[in-house]
Amino acid sequence: MSRIIITVVGKDTVGIIAKVCTYLAQNKVNILDISQTIVQEFFNMIMVADPSRSDLGFGEIADDLKALGEEIGVVISCQREEIFESMHRI
Amino acid sequence: MITPFEVIETNQMIGQEKLDVRTITMGISLLDCIDSDPARLNRKIYDKITRLARDLVSTGDEIAKEFGIPVVNKRISVTPIGIVGAAALKTPAEFAEVARTLDRAAREVGVNFIGGYSALVSKGMTPAERNLILSLPEALSTTERVCASVNVGSTRTGIDMDAVMMMGEAVKLTAEATKGDDCLGCAKLVVFCNAPDDNPFMAGAFHGVTEGDAVINVGVSGPGVVKRALEKVHGKDFEVLCETVKKTAFKVTRAGQLVAHEAARRLGVPFGIVDLSLAPTPAVGDSVAEILEEMGLDSVGAPGTTLALALLNDQVKKGGVMASSYVGGLSGAFIPVSEDHGMIEAVEKGLLTIEKLEAMTCVCSVGLDMIAVPGTTSAETIAGIIADEAAIGMINQKTTAVRVIPAIGKDVGDHIHFGGLLGEAPVMPVNTASCAEFVRRGGRIPAPIHSFKN
Repeated sequence: MSRIIITVVGKDTVGIIAKVCTYLAQNKVNILDISQTIVQEFFNMIMVADPSRSDLGFGEIADDLKALGEEIGVVISCQREEIFESMHRI
Repeated sequence: MITPFEVIETNQMIGQEKLDVRTITMGISLLDCIDSDPARLNRKIYDKITRLARDLVSTGDEIAKEFGIPVVNKRISVTPIGIVGAAALKTPAEFAEVARTLDRAAREVGVNFIGGYSALVSKGMTPAERNLILSLPEALSTTERVCASVNVGSTRTGIDMDAVMMMGEAVKLTAEATKGDDCLGCAKLVVFCNAPDDNPFMAGAFHGVTEGDAVINVGVSGPGVVKRALEKVHGKDFEVLCETVKKTAFKVTRAGQLVAHEAARRLGVPFGIVDLSLAPTPAVGDSVAEILEEMGLDSVGAPGTTLALALLNDQVKKGGVMASSYVGGLSGAFIPVSEDHGMIEAVEKGLLTIEKLEAMTCVCSVGLDMIAVPGTTSAETIAGIIADEAAIGMINQKTTAVRVIPAIGKDVGDHIHFGGLLGEAPVMPVNTASCAEFVRRGGRIPAPIHSFKN
């Protein structure tokens, strides 16, 4: 599977990155890049990750992360990288 | 590597500015279903559609989930039934039966519309095509998901005025037949000039005879994205304005190109075209009228509207052409009244008339779309409106269309309500002078001089 972009948006609280990273580590999803910004007073974390060695499919990872987000009180979405590449790269 | 700014921009377009893939439309050729026996024809049509499109809806949903971009509609277009049914169907009632077969097939695979209950009669009509046109009121009042279109003219052939007059009557009778549903049947009936073979948008989609056995065409939309981009260049000159529209159209089309390729690959069907059309929905922030107003007009309909729409349409095409390997369909800006809250408001304030809309159709991507007229409007007057649009299309070598709804039992000031994507429309006044003698002359209009390019 190609790389995925994980976006976390919400109010900043302690342990968001730790929880997301723990989930990814447990499921053999390799993190390639992490960046954080504040947009319109919201915490925005964007991760580029490689799920090629994971036993889970894209759908499962996306569903798990969505559920994890609801637990922490943030919105976590998961998208394949191609959507961004096609829109922003010629 | 993708930057956070780019991720945020894309997700803002999708989340807040309502960028979406409006439709993945599977074109299916029914030429190999042709049979001389009506029962066998119906069975073959049903079987082929349900076989090829079995996974269309689930594939669309999968793609939406993986890329995080909504795929709003999954639809089917088929070879014009006026051709497919010619060998078997000898009466309007037999044609309407095929419409019901299409409806059942659409329901079975879960698509919300199926287009192609169509006749291409720009130069003349076969008996089959005549029967299909006569069957339209029954076909559209006894089905839920079937869309019909009739091409009555083209730049290469001229205009078949007999067909124009028949369509004036068909629109009126369809309105009567569906008056219990606010004349909904007319929202699924388009009269074209220069109809494209690969349009993925309803109600005018059909699978042209020049197409392959099956194809995936994708329609992308995003009036909200263009409007938001223009807000950022408020007051700047036309060069900046045009560049902004073009760049935005490029990004939007690229998303469509990706989705089209993915859908084609997963379904094992060739990719056809991407159609970038700014197609409004009744939601605030998803309106073509709002874009024109953001450019500096107090209201759509004001002097300057035609130019504003012309540059929007042109820049959308320019951005789209660079972004996709195959751009087709209609690609431009749609101006349906009932589906655009900005247009509705302008009509209600008396700032937008049918005559201004007609001028706008000279430069938009299609034509007079989703316009409610008084129920007393005669079939001849509707034929006159169709003839005027066809003239614009024929002379300017562009696609034009008419989708008007005679609101039976209603008059100017009343509204019709369809709900959903089709929205609601205020009944608009129509010029009351008669054109009956003119449109009833019969025969056909010769092709214009600039069609002779051989």
